[in-house]
Amino acid sequence: MIAFFFIAILMIASALTVVLHRNPIYSALALVNTLFLVAVVFVMLDAELIAMLQVIVYAGAIVILFLFVIMLLNVDTEVRSARLSKFGTLGLALALLLALELGVVAVVYAPDQIAEAPAGFGSTEAVAEHLFTTNMLAFELTSLLLLVAVVGAVVMARRKVES
Amino acid sequence: MDFLISFVLALVALLIVLQLTVILLWVERKGSALIQDRVGANRANIFGGLLPFNLGIVNTLMADPLKLFHKEDVIPKDADKFLHWLAPFIAVLPLFVTFAVVPFGDVLVIGERVINLQAVNLDVGLLFVLGMVSLGVYGVVIGGWASNSRYAFLGGVRGSAQMVSYEIGLGLALVAVVLTYGTLDLQEIARAQGQLMWGVIPAWGVFYQPLALVLFMIAGIAESKRPPFDLPEAESELVAGFYTEYSGSKQSMFMMSDFIEVAIVAALVTTLFFGGWQVPYLYRDGFHLPGGFFLAVPSLVVTILQVVAFLLKLFIFCWLQILVRWTYPRMRYDQLMNLGWKRLLPIGLANVVVTAVLVLALEGFTVP
Repeated sequence: MIAFFFIAILMIASALTVVLHRNPIYSALALVNTLFLVAVVFVMLDAELIAMLQVIVYAGAIVILFLFVIMLLNVDTEVRSARLSKFGTLGLALALLLALELGVVAVVYAPDQIAEAPAGFGSTEAVAEHLFTTNMLAFELTSLLLLVAVVGAVVMARRKVES
Repeated sequence: MDFLISFVLALVALLIVLQLTVILLWVERKGSALIQDRVGANRANIFGGLLPFNLGIVNTLMADPLKLFHKEDVIPKDADKFLHWLAPFIAVLPLFVTFAVVPFGDVLVIGERVINLQAVNLDVGLLFVLGMVSLGVYGVVIGGWASNSRYAFLGGVRGSAQMVSYEIGLGLALVAVVLTYGTLDLQEIARAQGQLMWGVIPAWGVFYQPLALVLFMIAGIAESKRPPFDLPEAESELVAGFYTEYSGSKQSMFMMSDFIEVAIVAALVTTLFFGGWQVPYLYRDGFHLPGGFFLAVPSLVVTILQVVAFLLKLFIFCWLQILVRWTYPRMRYDQLMNLGWKRLLPIGLANVVVTAVLVLALEGFTVP
């Protein structure tokens, strides 16, 4: 429990850094840190496979591409603008509302005791069985969506070469 | 007691990595000299009189690290100080822990106690290695960016693109292996390779997945940024690439991460394709040679033989990578991307499909 709160505080701190830091490189690195800590939480919940996939896919691949784009575009440190700070107030209000909502849900629906995970929970076999039996349709639809995204990216890249 | 055993196992895994990096430094110096018909490192020949010829061992094992750690640590004036300091640690730390899941022996039996010779037995060991290796990319990218130098920056951008591209080829080669053995646990994969095919040939991964071995070697060398894929460093174009602005101990940390990646690729090749710690025909009670010949061997000797076999195989594949490095010239950037996306990716995908069909068609194909 103490470990969870320690990780949770670190996670919230680095998530805030993503939003609040003025340098986009630091924001991206804080995002990596947040995603890595989410993987740590998965490990604490006995979901080792999901934790490793979280590290490989999000922390390892996606944010690297973010960094790549930020570095290529050479984005400078963001300057404070009056127009954006209006959105800041709105965002803060919405974030507080969400936090309140989550807090109410957590208090109202909190279980009296935390059940032990059944044997084999979170193992590769268990996740694969769920994925390919009960959630088969969602899995196939997701892969179709990703295929469309890949084809779309290739089409757009080719069009640029011709012109 | 359990804690003490875990501690010792973790220490052994860490020491294998640390020792191997230092030894590889020497092997690379002397090996490159051998390949290029030079003498190589032969200064500081203390204790050298004990050996028949000058190996320069003291130079690279003691003088080199000492020299590197005593050099001035220069931080460029316009660099991002914090990230410049952080990058070498990010490059090296994730790589240190990867050896924790590599099995370096079967089991050690002391009295009643059976010790699994692997620092951590993870159900998803293979994914753990992949995840940690992919985190190592950040060291390259951040180091290149934080130095605030054009050479370093180009090296960092090249590094990020290259390593993300080749992770796909690496992953696809491993998917075929995982399909063959039906597990992600490296110790289980090593144990499965103890059987024999037709009673003679050891059932090593190289006989089941020869194509995956080639793909994995190419993608692995590209992932560790060594020649012919050393575009992020490219001495002749970018001075030293992403670590141009590093000196002293921080630069040596980047060099160390290079050698650890060599060791990781060699360890994975050994474990996945060459039986890991398996010695052909050697089982827990002794040698069972084909033809019914049997030689009893004490359990402790079996364990020692297995650990020695693992280290020997590990070393052979490290040496193979050094040979590759000093044999092939650097690729051009477009050649690098073509190889990754137009060759390795389709071949890897085809290999996965063929393997999956075969596994389904021949029920006996999967090693039980």
